[in-house]
Amino acid sequence: MKIKNNINAAYFFLAPALSAIFIFFFIPVIAAFIMSFTDFDIYALGDLSTVRFIGINNYLKLFDDPLFYTALQNTFYFVIMAGPLSIAVSLGAALLLNSKLVKYKAIFRLSYFIPVVTTLVAVAIVWRFIYHPKFGIINYILSLVGIAPIDWLGDTATAMPAIVLMSVWKSFGYNMIIFIAGLQNIPEDLYEAASIEGATGWQKFRSITLPMLAPTTIFISLITMIGYFQFFAEPYIMTQGGPLNSTLSIVQYMYQEGFKWWNMGYSASIAFVFFFIILLGTIIQLKIQKSTE
Amino acid sequence: MIKKYLLYAFLSVTSVITLIPFIWMLGASFMFDGKASVFPPIFLPDPFTIIQYKILFERLNVWTNFFNSLILSTMVTVLYITFTSMAGYAFAKYRFKGKKFLFNLLLSSMIIPSQVTMLPLFLLLKSMGFINTYMAIIIPGLANIFGIFLIRQYCISIPDSLIEAARMDGATDFQIYRKVILPLAVPILVTLAIFSFLGTWNDFLWPLIALTDDSMYTLPVALANLMLEHTKDPELMMAGSVVTVIPVIIAFLALQKYYIKGIMMGSVKE
Repeated sequence: MKIKNNINAAYFFLAPALSAIFIFFFIPVIAAFIMSFTDFDIYALGDLSTVRFIGINNYLKLFDDPLFYTALQNTFYFVIMAGPLSIAVSLGAALLLNSKLVKYKAIFRLSYFIPVVTTLVAVAIVWRFIYHPKFGIINYILSLVGIAPIDWLGDTATAMPAIVLMSVWKSFGYNMIIFIAGLQNIPEDLYEAASIEGATGWQKFRSITLPMLAPTTIFISLITMIGYFQFFAEPYIMTQGGPLNSTLSIVQYMYQEGFKWWNMGYSASIAFVFFFIILLGTIIQLKIQKSTE
Repeated sequence: MIKKYLLYAFLSVTSVITLIPFIWMLGASFMFDGKASVFPPIFLPDPFTIIQYKILFERLNVWTNFFNSLILSTMVTVLYITFTSMAGYAFAKYRFKGKKFLFNLLLSSMIIPSQVTMLPLFLLLKSMGFINTYMAIIIPGLANIFGIFLIRQYCISIPDSLIEAARMDGATDFQIYRKVILPLAVPILVTLAIFSFLGTWNDFLWPLIALTDDSMYTLPVALANLMLEHTKDPELMMAGSVVTVIPVIIAFLALQKYYIKGIMMGSVKE
């Protein structure tokens, strides 16, 4: 770079954004970490001097807390169900829309994509009624093939699958866009060469498309996992975490402990376990990425 | 040939299925009380009425929430674009001590989920007297690392010679940023603006925590609250959902090219 450097100007440009990030992001992260070793609660909100350091007691309590395990289990269940399903649907949609046979791609792409940009709270409310046991669209469709009404959101066995279905609907369009970009980056002559050698469509998919898409797929798995791990509004709106806590998510439990019961020290320890799991998941995915390169 | 028609049929059917929740939402929002709670479900209001919207705006004062959402999303977007464009430009085109370290620190902290910061952030803003004010939403939205990163990537591709030439003409650093860089960076700025606007409009968890009065609620928080009292009024709730999603759908349709590009750019980060 040949630019004459004016250091003061650099600091002038950086100062607003970086101070905002340091004061309102980095400091809170550190503060939350410290808080997780204290008994910060509703009394501390009024009088800070009541806060005491209690070492790792919050974390010990956490590993003895059945509700925490329920929330953890629900969250993993959600991520493991919704993640692969969403990726499979996005890949399918991307393959179809990438087909040379299809014209008017933009219209189909748009209808698949619209749920992504719409407000989660609003669509969760719509889906609450779609799952209505008596009048909902889903039970109506099932009644056409003779299936008796199901109380989707009111039954512990179906509440989470119902939320999974809604979440896949809400977000598959996002990954679809990334997959389409990935597909368009695969050189056309690879397919031509395979055709000349007489490969079938499925063989081409297995030995060209999938391997070439591997980096895209790993990236998508990563962001999907991170995004789904933070799910909150879906159960908050559709089930309030019920029935019998069968849809209570980690973030929802953290929210309840921190901002409903004001057990902020305890809530901070949930936040850090949550962060640690995301970090672990990311490291694993990046390791997989390294090994495929 | 048959394959082609099957493909079109499949795409059309799945597109309609994807849109059914919105079609039903729109239809039910124009029905009288109780008309949407029928079996089999109907999609067309008969008779057609706007009474649910009247209740929403005249009796439930949803205007206030609508304006809260609109003002907050706009203000956050303007400040966010200003803050991140300045920092992104500096990272792209200036040399200073600790630049690499600072940038890597920022990049690696992108992994920290924002939920981790919420408890101390709430206490910090509370001590500043900002809880239940617009500031509680604006301040955490001022800048983020993702935006700085995208702008930096974009600015790196701007030739240094343009900056040099402007400097020869006697432009100050700020004038270069304002008159040379910003106009060239318009596409990326539009992309980030729509991300930021939709993100703020759609956000739920933080406004739920930081805003405590009905009159300060953004639309999603007001809607969630309304849902608890009106579980048995699908028609009213659908009108509320329409009011909440229509602005984002319009904003998206107007700028979808930029939005889609943004997703792809976000996905190619090393």
